[in-house]
Order: sequence, then structure tokens, then C-alpha cells
Amino acid sequence: MLWGCAWCASIESSMSEVTRGKVSAGLARRRRKERLFRLCGMLATTVGIVFLVVFFADLIGKGSSAFRQTFLRLEISFDTAVIAPQGSIDLQYADFDLLARNALRDLFPDVSGRNPLRELNRLLSVGAGYQLRDMLQQDPGLLGSVQSVWLPASSSVDMLRKGNIDASIDAALRPISDAQLAWVAALQRDGRLELRWNRAFFSNGDSREPELAGIRGALMGSFYMLLVTLALALPIGVAAAIYLEEFAPRNRWSDLIEVNINNLAAVPSIVFGLLGLAVFINWATLPRSAPLVGGLVLALLTLPVIIIASRAAIKSVPPSIRDAALGLGASRMQVVFHHVMPLSLPGMLTGAIIGMSRALGESAPLLMIGMVAFIVDVPGGFSDPATALPVQIYLWADSPERAFAERTSAAIMVLLGFLMLMNLAAVVLRKRMEQKW
Amino acid sequence: MSDRMSKAKDTLPEQPSDIGKTVGNVRSANPYVVAENVNVYYGDNHAIKNVSLEIGTKEVIALIGPSGCGKSTFLRCLNRMNDSIENARVSGHISLAGTDIYSKDLDPVALRARVGMVFQKPNPFPKSIYDNVAYGPRIHGLAANRAELDNIVHTSLERAGLLKEVIDRLDEPGTGLSGGQQQRLCIARTIAVDPDVILMDEPCSALDPIATARIEDLMYELSEDYAIVIVTHSMQQAARVSQRVAYFHLGSLVEVDETNRIFTNPRHRLTEDYITGRIG
Amino acid sequence: MQGNTLILILAATSVVAFFMGRARSLKLAGAPRIRGALHSLPGYYGYFTAIWCLLPALLVLSLWLSLESRLIIALLVEQLPAAQQALSAGELNLLLNNIQNLANGDAISGTADAMLQDAASRYSSYMIASRRLLAVVTLAVAGIGGVLAWRRVHPALRARNKVEQIVLVLLVAASSIAILTTIGIVLSVVFEALRFFQKVPLSEFLFGLNWSPQTAIRADQVGSSGSFGALPLFAGTLLITSIAMVVAVPVGLMTAIYLAEYSSRAVRAAAKPLLEILAGIPTVVYGFFAALTVAPWVRRAGEALGLEVASESALAAGLVMGVMIIPLVSSLTDDAINAVPSAMRDGALGLGSTRSETMRKVILPAALPGIVGGVLLAISRAIGETMIVVMAAGLAANLTANPFAAVTTVTVQIVTLLVGDQEFDSAKTLAAFALGLMLFTVTLSLNVVGLRVVRKYREQYE
Repeated sequence: MLWGCAWCASIESSMSEVTRGKVSAGLARRRRKERLFRLCGMLATTVGIVFLVVFFADLIGKGSSAFRQTFLRLEISFDTAVIAPQGSIDLQYADFDLLARNALRDLFPDVSGRNPLRELNRLLSVGAGYQLRDMLQQDPGLLGSVQSVWLPASSSVDMLRKGNIDASIDAALRPISDAQLAWVAALQRDGRLELRWNRAFFSNGDSREPELAGIRGALMGSFYMLLVTLALALPIGVAAAIYLEEFAPRNRWSDLIEVNINNLAAVPSIVFGLLGLAVFINWATLPRSAPLVGGLVLALLTLPVIIIASRAAIKSVPPSIRDAALGLGASRMQVVFHHVMPLSLPGMLTGAIIGMSRALGESAPLLMIGMVAFIVDVPGGFSDPATALPVQIYLWADSPERAFAERTSAAIMVLLGFLMLMNLAAVVLRKRMEQKW
Repeated sequence: MSDRMSKAKDTLPEQPSDIGKTVGNVRSANPYVVAENVNVYYGDNHAIKNVSLEIGTKEVIALIGPSGCGKSTFLRCLNRMNDSIENARVSGHISLAGTDIYSKDLDPVALRARVGMVFQKPNPFPKSIYDNVAYGPRIHGLAANRAELDNIVHTSLERAGLLKEVIDRLDEPGTGLSGGQQQRLCIARTIAVDPDVILMDEPCSALDPIATARIEDLMYELSEDYAIVIVTHSMQQAARVSQRVAYFHLGSLVEVDETNRIFTNPRHRLTEDYITGRIG
Repeated sequence: MQGNTLILILAATSVVAFFMGRARSLKLAGAPRIRGALHSLPGYYGYFTAIWCLLPALLVLSLWLSLESRLIIALLVEQLPAAQQALSAGELNLLLNNIQNLANGDAISGTADAMLQDAASRYSSYMIASRRLLAVVTLAVAGIGGVLAWRRVHPALRARNKVEQIVLVLLVAASSIAILTTIGIVLSVVFEALRFFQKVPLSEFLFGLNWSPQTAIRADQVGSSGSFGALPLFAGTLLITSIAMVVAVPVGLMTAIYLAEYSSRAVRAAAKPLLEILAGIPTVVYGFFAALTVAPWVRRAGEALGLEVASESALAAGLVMGVMIIPLVSSLTDDAINAVPSAMRDGALGLGSTRSETMRKVILPAALPGIVGGVLLAISRAIGETMIVVMAAGLAANLTANPFAAVTTVTVQIVTLLVGDQEFDSAKTLAAFALGLMLFTVTLSLNVVGLRVVRKYREQYE
């Protein structure tokens, strides 16, 4: 420690008597203050880190279970009488649900009556029928055979299996009845209930049924949107940066552009949403909820980020390179496109990745342009109605079902995973760019 | 001209009216570049004051003088490298083989293909050695096919005395060479465009003595084909490589003469002070 | 013809133009190429021809597409029976939508009567004719442009300079997009806001105490007009922003000081990326965390203390927003501290000041302008933050300073008013733009002042 006593003593001996007295009288108090200040700093630094730890613990605790899903094993007989009463099968209208219901009923032959049967059927997800249909579509030879199939259970069974439903509370307060509890216990005993990889979460679009809801639609929506954003923001941003760094005369117009870019970088994103609504949708009559419009808005939003990063990258190209090319008789445009651009490209791309990761996480402006609709279909193009991953998170977070909370956390984990990958790419790129001149 | 020569050095007053008066012989027997009354301003700063100088075909002329005397600025006027400096203004008249290089319809790009430049710090492009040399011929369209380009690259490297050292690694980056090699690469790059004049702005100031000696030898060889204007801080270098020397002081061209004469018998007091080390 | 095919054909044409221009320059220069025979490299003559083939055609194409639908709809309306022409704007819009959907073979609302069928077939025939004409005109322009440019190719033509001029124009245009965006924001927000202020007086909007924008469907219902006193929203925004600042400013400041002055290199190397992660988490994620995790904690904690806490309390939203802003404050503070010349610091230490005294009495006062500028930017960020408050703060416009109560903010109301299908004429929708105008004005002023202060401060020590 700097304030070691031997050191103090040697200093004090060289001071006048009075001064020395005064200094040492205050010293203890000053040291206390120093320690306090240091402690405050340490605490402050921990606040952010503790928040991160709590946040990730909470997120993973809530969300990791969503990657696995409860399935029921049933002996399905693809009964011609049920699904192909006229001899030929109509995949669209055949009652595949009945196949699953019959199989479940066979397990509990003593259940009778309309209401108990309906309760029994509710153990299965409404997606069970679709799964059977897809199986048959892939392999028509299954018709008439009996297969052992894992079918998705309903979300209340799933929640019960994952321990999110307290079976001890009053039956009226829980989403699962006493009879259902008993059936589930029986199935569990027979090894017919199992947590398996939740493929639907990655392959389905949105759904009202939590066990069928997936992020594929949102992911594709985000993908198309980012494609539009990148295609617009990167070339325009790079072109603007090149003009401002290499060609713009130092005058008021350049200053104006400069001030503008810095301010745009700090304008709340929701204001860009208002712009998108008024200009792109209301005035230019582009379709609502389309990735095209979302991409346009996000391009305007990320443009300042890319311009600022690209300018920094261009600035880091040493002037001697420009001199060398000019001295050989290259024009200024050739200097830029032959030398400055290739050398600053990694920096520009880093900026673009960071801009894209901001665009990927952005949701407020998308709410304004109608990308919050409930959309089941996975979008297949730039003008199909779509939503985006963060907006999907917002939508699910609003749903009251416990099962959606779990999926929300899982979707957040996917989103954060993508963001981290992008940032990692940016860091790697930046490392490789750090060229010594 | 003779009136300027007649002025004795001890009678020269240092007065503002004297600005732009040059002692010695600014003319060349066989002029290729002719500068008349050149003035350069950086904003309000009068950086070059009324300088007139002729540079002969295949002549090596050294520009010497203390730091900030304007010799580099003058050098950069000769291929219009000052154009890229925002508030620089050039007046006067410079012509290259009879063409006014500051005329409105002259493309500086075409000019710089005829007046090459080598810089203080070696500045190879971060590309391969081959691409460094080939860049100029490519942008000026000097080779119709790959074989011609190869030929130009090899010849230029050969003339720059670098070919033997790099022949088996032409595709390695030019930035990986040693400082002296880099500078010779820059020279090779310059002569690949086949200019008439080569401007050298303190080309050896970043190099060690051995590398410097090689460059000086090279300059001597090159002077058979090109006019070379070299800015240097080293009077020994000027004495070794040049046929004529121009001494600049505070933006004025004080004295021009044959190298031997300037170093043995300078006529202007400022020149003498500089040569004898009183101004540095 | 499809737009995509047309663009592909245009692209192909310009590629052909490139090679033709290039070939012509080579031919004119003569077979053995001598130096100076051509002004520019042959490629530039190619680009020159291609640009003149492509650019005017693209210009025509985009102009046509932007005007097409308006013209066709105007034409369509003109030929509708008088009864339909007399419809209100909203109903006419619905009708036109139906006609377009019918023409595209999509589902329509209501029945497709003869009038509708007729209009739909007319609409599709107009569309087809327009697209055909467009293809012909665009390709003609491309051809004429290309041929004219091709004929101008000459060894003395300064093709490189011409091409570079056009590229420069494109660069200038790209850099002007930033300005266009700002103008677009201002215009879109101001126009709609002005329309709003024609319905609701400015003074009521700014100083009214009652916010309930729900307009009733029937005119005779209670509260049919809605009331648009935005003061509770401003108060709510201010409350949540203040809570966020109470968290973010001291924590961010002390974090920056600790990391700059006290921490070991290893701690700094670990803590800085962690803080960056904090800055990189999307706001919707913060919102989820605030609504589902922090808000219940706050309520339980409040109940344990015997306080009445709303489930969507301002405190929960404010706390999480504060955490979100910590990295911003700490990095701007870090910049400000680092900009103070080390001579000042050494001087203070040399006089025997402790490190905290040096920091508090010398460095912080010197860095104050920079820090204040940073805090202004942080406030602007908090005011404009949307997702956290949308998810964690309430919708009820309470005028209160109680952090445990539920309040609503400007951004929350903009989102609630605009989500879903809205008519652009109702006061409710327009109110969102009026709020947007307020938001933009306030954040822009904070940003301008903040950025200027930060920059001035930096220049001072440079």
C-alpha cells in the first residue's frame, strides 16, 4: 500500500512540526474516505455484472425446458375405415385426429361418457393429427398398418410433466383435472410419456397452441428483413462514408450531413417506425406487415451506424497509400476503389455486422408497421406478411399461458445466440483488420 | 541572367524586395520542365515565393535547404500533387515539354503518368510485389496482354536492381520487403509507367547507409534515361548524385548552380551558411 | 411483363452495352495499341455506354411504378357509377380494395356484383396495358441511351472522367440520404400532428390532465370524443426516466471510475466485455425480464414492507431501464475521464492527494462537461425507450409521482394507438403522431445539446 507507515514517517520528518501535525490528524479520515470511495466503485461495477448473472440464470432456468417437449407413445392403427371410408384417401379432409383418439381410448377402455372422453382427448395436442397426416403423406404404404408413434401431448400435460403445475392445489385452480392427473400417472408408469427434442419449436410458425408454436416464421421474417436492410444500408452507408471522407469539401453542407448522421444515430427507434408508417405504408402504399417495409425502416435505422464505422475504417488507411497511387497517375476515384476500399473493407463489414445485430434486436419500429400480426404461415418472400424474432418474443410475452413464458425465454435464448455469433464475427474481423502500417 | 550572376555574394542585402531573386543559373541547356515565377499559398501562408527554375532532360537536380524551406512543396507542384490539399493555391507557370501543366484542360492523371514520384517513406501497396509494379501499367493501359505486363514488371524490377532479390517471390506482399528493398520497389513501380521525370522526396531519409548507397547508385543509372529531381537533406547525397543543385530558403530559391560550383564556391551568403553548417 | 423480368432484361442490355462500348473504343484506337491512343482504359468506354443505357431506363421505371397505381385508381374512380363516386373516402377505399382483390383473385368482403366484376376486369386490363407500355418505354429508353452513348465513344472522349463524375453524383446522393431521412421524419410527424391539432387544440394536448384516447363508435356514447390531455403521459415518462437515471448515473459513473482508476487489468479485461453484453441485449428482452421477473419481485418486496405496489409499477420498468443505460453512461464517462490530461492527475497526486480526492476534486470537475453531455444523451435514450415500458409499464394514464403506482409513457401510448389497423383520419391515430412530434423534438434537442457539449469538451483538451 502507498500509505505504508514507514513511508509516512520519512515524509513527516521532513515537514515542519505544525504541518506534520495537521496532515497526520486528517490522514485517518482521508484513508477511510478513500476506502469508501473504492468500495462504492466496486459495488457499482458488480451491479451490472450481478444483473447479467441473475438475468441469464433466470432466462436459462425458464427457457431451457422449452427445447424438450412431452410426447405420448401410442399404438396407432392407420385404419382404412376411419381415414379412407370411400376407399381412396383425401389427405386434406381425412380425420387423422380420430386415429390418435382411438389409440388413446384403447389404452383406457373403461373411460366412457361424453365428458370424460373429451377430457381424455385433451391429453393430446391438436397437432397429433397433422403429424399422422404427414407420416402417411411421406409413406402411403402405412395405410392399414399399426405403428408405435410418439405424438405431442397437450401443453397442460407438458407443463405437468415439467413440474410447472402444482398438482396439490384445488382442481378448479389448475388447468388439469383429477381424472387427467390419474391418466397421466398411468401413462408415465407404462413408459408412454417422455420428454423428447422439441422439433416443432424450430420448424413451425406461430400457433395459438403453445406446444405447436415455433419460431421458424419469425426467424424467416427476420432473415428476409435483414437481407433487405443489408442490401440497402451497406452500399449506401459505404458510399456516404466514402464521399464524406474522400471527396466532400469542408463546407456547411458537409457539416450539416455530419451533424445529421450523429443525431440520427440517437433518434429513438420508434420515431423511425412513425416514419415508416407515414411514408412507406400510408404514402407509398407498400404492403403492411411485409419484411420489405421492415427492412427499409431498419436500413434507415442502421445507416448511421454503418456510416460512422465506415468513416473510421477509411480514416485508418494511411495517407501514404493514397499518395503512392496518386503519384502513379491514379485518379481520386481509382485511389478510392483500388486502394482505400479494399483496405477499409474489414472495418466497414465490422460496422455492418454491428448494425445488423442492432437491426436484428430491434422491435419498436416494427410494431408501427404492422409486423405484430398473428401469422401462422412461414413467410416465403419479401412481401408476405411476417413477423420478426424480437416481435415474436413480445407477442408471446403477452400470452397468459405458462407454456408461452417458457417458449418466450427459449426464443430469447435463440435471439441472444444469434446476436452473440454476430458480435463474435465482428470481433474476429476486427482482430484480423488490426494491420500495422 | 547575366545581371543576376554579376551580383557578388557579400553585397546581397536580405530585404523583402529581394524575394524571388535567384543567384546563379536557373536556365538549363536542354530544358524539359520550365517553372516561371511559381508562387504557392497554403491559405494565408506564402509557401513558395516567385520561384523560377528549369530542369533539363536527363538531368539530376537536387533541391536542398533547411526544413520548411519549401523544397518539397515545389517538388509537389511539378506533378500537381498539391491539388489534393484543400486550401493550396498555385500561381505562375510550369510547363512540361512545352505544355502548361496547370492549364484547365490538362488532366493531372495524365501528367502524373509522365512525372513519377518516389516518397520519403517507402509506401508499397499492401499487395503482391508483382501487383505493386503492375498497378501503374494497368491503370494506364500500357500492356495489351499478360505477357506484355510480365515484361514491363520484369524490366522495371531489373532496372530498379531488385529483380534478382525478388524473382522467386513476386506474389508475396511488397510490405514484407526490407526498407531499402521497399524503396527500390517504389522506384520500380514508378519507372514501370515509363515517365519522363522522376520526383524523389527525400527517398533515403528512412533508410540505413547501405540501402542509401544502393539507391544512390540506382539514381545514377536512371539518370541515363530520366530527368530526376531529388529533394534531400543530405549535402553529401546532393554532391554525389546531382549535376545541379538548387538551394531553397524560406520559400525562395536562393541559388542554383552546378553541383561542384555550389559546394566549392557558393555565391550567396545563405547558401554558404547552409553548406558550412551554420543553418541546419 | 413482370417487374423482375424487366429488370433482368435491363441488366442484360447494359452488360451488352458495356462490351459494345468497349469494343468500339478498341476498334477506333487501332489494332496495335500505342500509348495515348485512347484517353481512358477501354473498360471505361464500356462503363460509359452501360451507364447511359441503364440509368435513364431505371429512372423511367421507378417514376412509372411510383405513379402507376395512383393514375390507374384515379381512372377507375372516374368511371365508377355516380353512386359509388359519392361514397366517403373510407368506403371508397374499401371498395377499391375489393376491386383490386377481385382482380388479383383474392378473397373479397361482400358479394361480387356486376359493378364490382366490371370494375375489376377494367382494373386488370389497365394494369396489363400499363405494364406492357412500361416494358416498351423502358427498353426503348435503354436502347436509345445506349446507342447515343455508343456513338459518342471516341478515342478522345474522356470516358473515365465522365464515369467518375456519375459515380461521384451517386456518392453525393448516398450521403444525402441521411438528410432525406431527417426531413422525412420531420415531415411525416409534423403533417399528421398538424392535422391532429386541427381537431384537438394544442393547449389541451399540452396541459390537459385527462388522457383517454378511446373514441366511441357511436356519437351518443359517453366519452365519445375521447380526451387528449397528454400531461399524465409526460409525467409518467419523466417518472420512469428519473428512476432509470437514479440507477444509471451513479452506477455508470462509479463503474467507469473504478475500471479506469482502481481495478486491476484482469478485472477490467473481464468487466468491459460483460458491460458490452449488457449494452447489446435487445430492449424487448429487457422488457420481458422487467415484466415477468423484476415486476413480481418489486411487488413482493413492496408487500413485505407493507406497501401497496401495482403489478405494473413504474419502479420495475425504471430499474430495468436504468440497468440498460449503465453501459452508455459508463462508456461516455470513461471517454470524458480519459480526455483529461494526465498532467492534471499527476499534479494532484504529486501534492499528496489520495486517489479519490484526485478523482473528486480534480478529474471529475475537469471532466464534468463531458459527463453532463453523456447524461443528456442517456436521458434522451431513456425517454425514447419503447419496449421496456410497453411490456412492463401500464396503460393507465395516472398523474402521480409514486414509483409504486402504474404510469404510462409517451412511447407506450404511441404503440397502443398505432398497433393494429387504423384509419388515418381518426384523432386517435393522429394523436400518436402528435406524441411522436413531442418525442422527436425533445430527444433531438437533448441529442444536439449533448453531442455539442461532448464535442466541445473533447476539443478543449485536444
